[in-house]
Amino acid sequence: MSQRLGTSVARKEDPALLSGRGRYADDLPVPAGTLHAHVIRSPHPHADIVSIDPAEALAKDGVWAVITGDDIRKISDPFLVALKSPIHQWSLAVDRVRFAGEPVALVVAESRYLAEDAAELVQIEYAPLEAIVDPVAACKPSAPILHPDAKTNEVSVRKFAYGDTKSAFERADRIVKLTVDFHRLSFTPMECFVAVAQYNPANDSYDCMANFQGPFSTHPVMARALRVPGPKMRLRIPPDSGGSFGIKLSVFPYVVLAALAAKITGRPVKWVEDRAEHLLAASSGPNRVTEIEAAVTKDGKILGLKMDQLEDYGAFLRAPMPGPLYRMHGAVTGGYDVPNIDVINRVVLTNKMPASLIRGFGGPQLYLALERLVQRIAIELGLDHLEVIKRNLVPPEKFPYHAAAGSLYDSGDYPRAVETAIGGGRLDYLKKRRDEARAAGRKYGIGFAVVVEPAMSNMGYLSTLLTPEARDKAGPKNGATSMVTVNLDPLGAVSVTADVTVQGQGHETVLAQIVAEQLGLTPGDVDVTLEMDTAKDQWSIAAGTYSCRFTPGTAVAAHMAASQIAAKLKGIAAKQLNVLPDDVELVGGRIRSRSNPDNAVSFSRIAGTSHWSPVMLPDGMAPVISETGVWNPPELAPPSGDDRINTSFTYGFVFDMCGIEIDPITYQVKVDRYVSMHDAGKILNPMIADGQIRGAFAQGVAAALYEEFVTNEEGAFLTGTFADYLVPTVSEIPEVEIIHQETPSPFTPLGAKGLAEGNCMSVPACIANAIADALGVKDVQLPATPRRIHALMAQHGGVR
Amino acid sequence: MRRVNKDQRVRISLTLNGRKMSADAEPRMLLSDFLRHSLGATGTHVGCEHGVCGCCTVQIDGTAVRSCLTLAMQAEGREVTTVESLAGPGGKLNKLQQAFQNHHALQCGFCTPGILMSFTDYLARNPKPTEEELRDVLGGHICRCTGYAGIMAALKEAAGLTNANEPTGAKS
Repeated sequence: MSQRLGTSVARKEDPALLSGRGRYADDLPVPAGTLHAHVIRSPHPHADIVSIDPAEALAKDGVWAVITGDDIRKISDPFLVALKSPIHQWSLAVDRVRFAGEPVALVVAESRYLAEDAAELVQIEYAPLEAIVDPVAACKPSAPILHPDAKTNEVSVRKFAYGDTKSAFERADRIVKLTVDFHRLSFTPMECFVAVAQYNPANDSYDCMANFQGPFSTHPVMARALRVPGPKMRLRIPPDSGGSFGIKLSVFPYVVLAALAAKITGRPVKWVEDRAEHLLAASSGPNRVTEIEAAVTKDGKILGLKMDQLEDYGAFLRAPMPGPLYRMHGAVTGGYDVPNIDVINRVVLTNKMPASLIRGFGGPQLYLALERLVQRIAIELGLDHLEVIKRNLVPPEKFPYHAAAGSLYDSGDYPRAVETAIGGGRLDYLKKRRDEARAAGRKYGIGFAVVVEPAMSNMGYLSTLLTPEARDKAGPKNGATSMVTVNLDPLGAVSVTADVTVQGQGHETVLAQIVAEQLGLTPGDVDVTLEMDTAKDQWSIAAGTYSCRFTPGTAVAAHMAASQIAAKLKGIAAKQLNVLPDDVELVGGRIRSRSNPDNAVSFSRIAGTSHWSPVMLPDGMAPVISETGVWNPPELAPPSGDDRINTSFTYGFVFDMCGIEIDPITYQVKVDRYVSMHDAGKILNPMIADGQIRGAFAQGVAAALYEEFVTNEEGAFLTGTFADYLVPTVSEIPEVEIIHQETPSPFTPLGAKGLAEGNCMSVPACIANAIADALGVKDVQLPATPRRIHALMAQHGGVR
Repeated sequence: MRRVNKDQRVRISLTLNGRKMSADAEPRMLLSDFLRHSLGATGTHVGCEHGVCGCCTVQIDGTAVRSCLTLAMQAEGREVTTVESLAGPGGKLNKLQQAFQNHHALQCGFCTPGILMSFTDYLARNPKPTEEELRDVLGGHICRCTGYAGIMAALKEAAGLTNANEPTGAKS
């Protein structure tokens, strides 16, 4: 089987993981004498902490400490927040709790069992306060305020105007409006959080280990909270991690908490989160209420858009929030050529668990609103939904395309992708199924969704949150630097380290493919080590695995590092082969003359030269032992003075189409057929690429039909087990037919784009559109559970 | 039946993957914790600790069980088999493991040991299952990465429903 880049090379990761030889955070050895921590959490969504009495717990054998907010505020600072607003969060609640599940105290004992026992003996008195959970109500003057110093729950409002939206709305034949509510959920990885920390008083330094996922822009946040310079907050990340999907960024407050506990107790401290804690308090995607309207001509052309997005981040604004509201900002017009758009972005805080990173990161919220609107345009104008889509797609001749709000779409042929997807009898099949079902009195609908899928975030995108004046004062923020190092060992073996965190995406395999390709080796010849150590590995603030940065970022850095090594090895070989460097090629483990392939030497001999025989290097060449590829594409510019921002580096395209039927007895939404078209440029490993698409698809289905964090009006959390929070099993995930189109990105040497988040963005919108089509309704609240579908049908007279 | 005091640490002995092993533990200790932290068999993972996700599945006397819902003491004197036992000499993957690699049936690999242990039991008892039966058993496990398609393809190959030479995990 071919091992080339672009082929389905089997994963190097698999044999260890299939044999129980993975090395996940809780598998790794800890120092002798390590203590174990248990977090005591608030039962109240909003309350003042009146008193904490640890005496009885401390009297128990084996209990070392009960740490409270009062203890940690003396030796740490609140986490840095992107917004200049007095929203202070420490690693434990200080004075007040603001969501049910908020950490209030940490019990540290000789075993986890003991710590949990002792936790029951800690007496905590609360004075409950009124809680606010609805984001719209939280903006009203009468609402209880979460952070009194901020004086409001609506802590940020920014208005953006691109083009001439006012005249677009004046020129329009019709205005189409919709309010869309995107719910809370989390893609709960199977492995929960783990943090281990040691403190060394001799040099006031911390040595931590956690299944953190990045972005490493959060490392300074941790170091600042601990009041140490970055190098004194060493963070190690294990070689394996049991999934993340954005969620494991949010281990960072617990890394700081474990570090403080280590300082207080003088012993290493380990904390392993359990599932109940994870569901209750780890992280949620933000819920968003979007009021969206389009100015359209009678033939369905969108002249302009207005969006008012109110995003609910829960009790605190943890770094890098409010990312989801701004990550899509430059691409807010999606796949459509709309030059005029006004956007209002509003951030609100409520008494719910803090929101943070989650796969799709702002895309699901945006596209549910935008794609539902496009379907409504078709309905209100009496046009075909697909025709309205086609009429507005960015035309292929406009690439690279400057979107209204600043994104620079690198490449694509959207109309061709749509034609391919609906071709092959696929759309005809859905129409036939719909006609048959409707003729028999059943509820069947067809949905479409168009998604532009961004990858590799511009580190400056979040500064769009600030006014241009504030940005000028603070200085520009932009770019995203990726780094990979390729090493040559004395026997000429090749090894690689990279600035990613492992979560299951197959980076080890793809990096080996990329490096092998440049060096004339096979992926099996290249060893890749991806555990991370901030004290010794290469990293920038952009490091980590999130926002699909691997393919447009780290993969390119690997290609660069390997190319640098290859060029130098050619120089070394040229001298030994008595040819010019241009005549040298690396093929099949040999380095040889192109013009006379018999004039050859083994790769390992040349690769080992710098270790053993620098005398044999060409004049002036430094030893070639290690090369780091550093990649920072110039397209990632800071926000402009008029608030345009190229939020991401590459932009893939997804077009989804599905048919769904409502079960007349159970009111379940059943997916009859689902087609997903992807253009992610060049595909590096088709098997891994499709694996990412299938994973995102399943999570998209989960968001559309099953998963929801439910908090009642009083602020109590109701979905704290896997019996209440419905993660789909195999029976709930329909088949998906994946189709690829490859329009290479002109901005990267590999031509490849990210593709692992698109279906998290497209599936909720596509299924919601299909439900709207099936039931003829305007408002479709997700997840579309049987209870909600029944209510919709009762309201519209569809219940038998 | 052995009687113990709840506060008294006890010696628990069992056979793990063919080797007799023992360690001291509190009577309340979960089998999952005992295997991982007392015996060092960290291939068994803990995903929910309430018996839903299936990550912690091991076999006791050949029957698949949730080790997070089992006390270590319940395995006293019995044969416990975990994922570490599956590969052959030199780490050679067995048929089921190899099918998982062929079909990209794992990404992060955290849920995988439990699924392998469930199906090692199930396929031994029902060597010629239907696709529906495989789906039913897989329904006892949660995987967050793969969307299950690759796992189903791997199970079908391992159960002889498809040809091992035609990997389908990457395609549909």
